[in-house]
Order: sequence, then structure tokens, then C-alpha cells
Amino acid sequence: MKPLKLNIILVLLALTFSACNSKKNNQETVLYQCPMHCESDKTYTDAGHCPICKMDLQSLEPSTSKTENTHSIPEESIFNLTSDWNTEEGEQIQLRDLKGKTLVMVMIYTSCKAACPRLVADMHNIEAKIPDDKMDQLNFALISIDPETDTPERLKAFAIENYMDEPQWTFLQGTESGVREFANVLAVKYKQISPIDFSHSNIISVFNSQGELIHQQEGLGVDNKETVASILKQLK
Amino acid sequence: MKHRTFYVLTIALLFHTLGFSQTEGMVFIKGNRYIPLYGRDSTVVEVKDFEMDIFPVTNSQFLEFVKQYPKWQKSNALKLFTDKSYLSNWENDFELKSSEKPDSPVTYVSWFAAKAYCECQGKRLPTVDEWEYVAMADENTRDARIKPDYNKQILAWYEAPRTNENSIGQLPKNIWGIYDLHGLVWEWTLDFNSVLITGESRKDVDKDSNLFCGSAAVNATDLMNYAAFMRYAIRGSLKAKYSIKNLGFRCVKDINK
Repeated sequence: MKPLKLNIILVLLALTFSACNSKKNNQETVLYQCPMHCESDKTYTDAGHCPICKMDLQSLEPSTSKTENTHSIPEESIFNLTSDWNTEEGEQIQLRDLKGKTLVMVMIYTSCKAACPRLVADMHNIEAKIPDDKMDQLNFALISIDPETDTPERLKAFAIENYMDEPQWTFLQGTESGVREFANVLAVKYKQISPIDFSHSNIISVFNSQGELIHQQEGLGVDNKETVASILKQLK
Repeated sequence: MKHRTFYVLTIALLFHTLGFSQTEGMVFIKGNRYIPLYGRDSTVVEVKDFEMDIFPVTNSQFLEFVKQYPKWQKSNALKLFTDKSYLSNWENDFELKSSEKPDSPVTYVSWFAAKAYCECQGKRLPTVDEWEYVAMADENTRDARIKPDYNKQILAWYEAPRTNENSIGQLPKNIWGIYDLHGLVWEWTLDFNSVLITGESRKDVDKDSNLFCGSAAVNATDLMNYAAFMRYAIRGSLKAKYSIKNLGFRCVKDINK
């Protein structure tokens, strides 16, 4: 059931949210599927019986899964963004793949000499205050504002160098427009001031498992008490 | 017969190349290097050749867009991408309020909506540098910033109330053939969030008090260009989901060579 549901949701999401492909989808062919999933995700165009368990096939109505889908991603969730990202492990993901865990996010770039090491330290300080047994409910994501330089390899090297190679750390390389869009969602400002340098605002953002912004910490080396409290409140 | 085919082909080719460079409703902007009010470290920025919409996007054009892309209709737009005032001068999803004109620039649109509109036409929003580059022209010069009249006129427009309710194309076009960069509404730019106007560039800029502080003005390259300073200040104060009464947009297109 699970992979199927996920697939349907993903397909629908792709249809609903991709910027320009959302013209009305007129051809709503109804598909049928065995309720027991005897042939895993196999679908039929006609109603009938499952050849294996002989049960009546059930129709997969797009409308029902659609309500499910809008229900599962809140309106203000960052999982509504459809941009593609590469992780430091070389995987291609969309932000909604991070769903289900509390997210702590910051925008950095690896060639940064001034603010980023301090932002990285701030992230470490927050991480240090999370009990170890709750760590699997958290994702710390560092997003590069310099996608051209910060390739997955470079991000991986940065992760190792800064002791951020455990599973709870994720580094993301986007596209220029994807990064710009994401920064706008976080209200982060940045500008390339020379080929290797950016000015940027220093904001650490906390999202709940549904991708809704619940807290932002602004500035460098500030007291992270509120940020940590907002994270702990999300954890079970 | 052979001769004739050749002739027809040549004509066709000729027309093809003529038609190639100009997209309907857009004009070609020859790129160059110039010094914007706020540049990069070297202060000179380079703008590549591009095409720009002659007019800002109007209410009626935006209506066509939301008919085609229901997710941007007033009642459907996601809260992540718009705030409460999104299209608040529209009666409903498909109708303007009776006080509004179809050929007024569309306003109360967020950056996300503007960006989607341009992308769905195969275009994009202009960068701050591109927008300022075209906007520094007047009717007969490409860089009119040194003319005292240029600044005075723009500031006079900024003072005029409710210009967002005017129709497009009423004011003289600039030397590129572009209308209404000044005089009707402010316009979204692709990288408006690159404006960090503070004395200390690594500090955050969310507080309004930072926007107009003296140290920011001192960094500017041209202290006389007060109109441009106001535009950068506005950009620095915007968030992408804001929908504002006097903020519209137009699109540009890269030249594919």
C-alpha cells in the first residue's frame, strides 16, 4: 500500500504543482487495481477481477487521492516547492522528500570565510542540545547559495571537514532559480558580490514535519534557547 | 522551375531572419556595461543582450493567465506563495472590481505569481541590473541619469497618487521603445532579494530602520540618484509573498543564439 500511495501522491503533486504543467488535465482515465495488490502496482483500464486473488478490482479515482494530497501538504509548507536538489551523497531529491522529520535549515556557501563558519557553529550548538535518542526525528539541512561552486563532491568534503557527515546532516545543491525561490520563502537575502563571495542574511529556520515554518533565528552567535525550545516541542 | 524554388526559399529565409530577433510585444535591448546605484564589488556590472516587454503586464493579461493556470486564481493560490492581499482589487477569480480597468498594470501580485506568469510565457523576470539598465534611459538617451530633469520627473511621478489605476502606454516611451518603467507602478525583479542595504552587509536587513539609514546611502555610487535609491530601498523591504497596491511586473527574455 505504502509505495503505491506515495507514487500516486508524487504523480499528482508533479501535476498540480509544476509551474507550467498545471493546465487542466482533461483526460481522466479511470484506472483499476487489485485491493490486495497481488501484482504490486499493476493497474487495469477496465473493471474486473484480480487474476490472482479473484477479488473485484477497485477504481483509483484521481479526485479522492487529490483531496488526500492537498490534505497531506499544508498550504504554507515548503514541500509545495517543486525545485530539484542534489544532496552531498549525489542523490536527486525534492524538498518534500524531507517530509516527516523536523527540519532545521540554514543557507551557506562553502567558500565563505566570514559568517558561514559561525553559522555552522550555531548549527552545531543547536544539534548539541538535542538528546541523542531523538536525533532520528531531525534533519539539519545546509543549503548552498552558490550552486555553481558547491557541487555534491564539494559539499561532501565540507561535511567531513566540519564533522557534519552523520545521517542527520543534509547538504543541498540546487539550481540558481531554485535557490533564489527558496531564499524568498525563508526571506533570506543574498547577493554575489564577487566571483567567490556573497553577502547574505544569517537566518536559521525551523520547520515542522509538514514543512511549515515555525521559528526563525536571526543573526550570528545569538542565544539559541528559543530555537532549541521550538525544535524540542516538535519531537516526541 | 528550379529557379523559382530557389527564389522562394531565399525570400523565406530572409523573412525568417527578420522575424527571428523580435518577440511580439517585446523589444530588443542591447546589453552593455554600466554602473548601477548598487553594484558588485567592482561597481561596474555587465548586462547581456535581452528582450523586454514593452508594457507592464495588465489586469486583462493576468486574467488570461489565471484562466489557464487555475492554481494562480485568487481563491486557489497557496499561502506559501501569496499573502492576504493577493489580487485584492479583483472581485473574484475572473472579475475585476468595477473601479479597475483591464488595461491598468496588474498589481497585488506576489513575486511567486509574477515569476510563474513569466515562466509560463517562456520568459522570466528581469534582474535588478537589467531593469535599472533600461530604466536609466529617457526619451532620447540611454543613460539619462546625469540630466537633472530625468530625476525630477521620476520623483514627480513617485509623488503622484494612485498612478496604478492609470492605463498603460499613456506616457512617452523611452529610447528603447519601452513604456511605463516609471510613472505607473513599481515592478518586481527576479533577484529583488539581493538588495542588502545596511551599513554592514553581513547583517540582516529585516528592520525598516536599516533601510533608510545614512550609512546605506553612503555606499551608493551616485548620491544624486535619489529616485533609484528609493527603488532599492523598496526592494530591500519586500518579501516574495507580498502583494502590494503599486507593485506590478513585466517580463524579459534571453536572446538564444
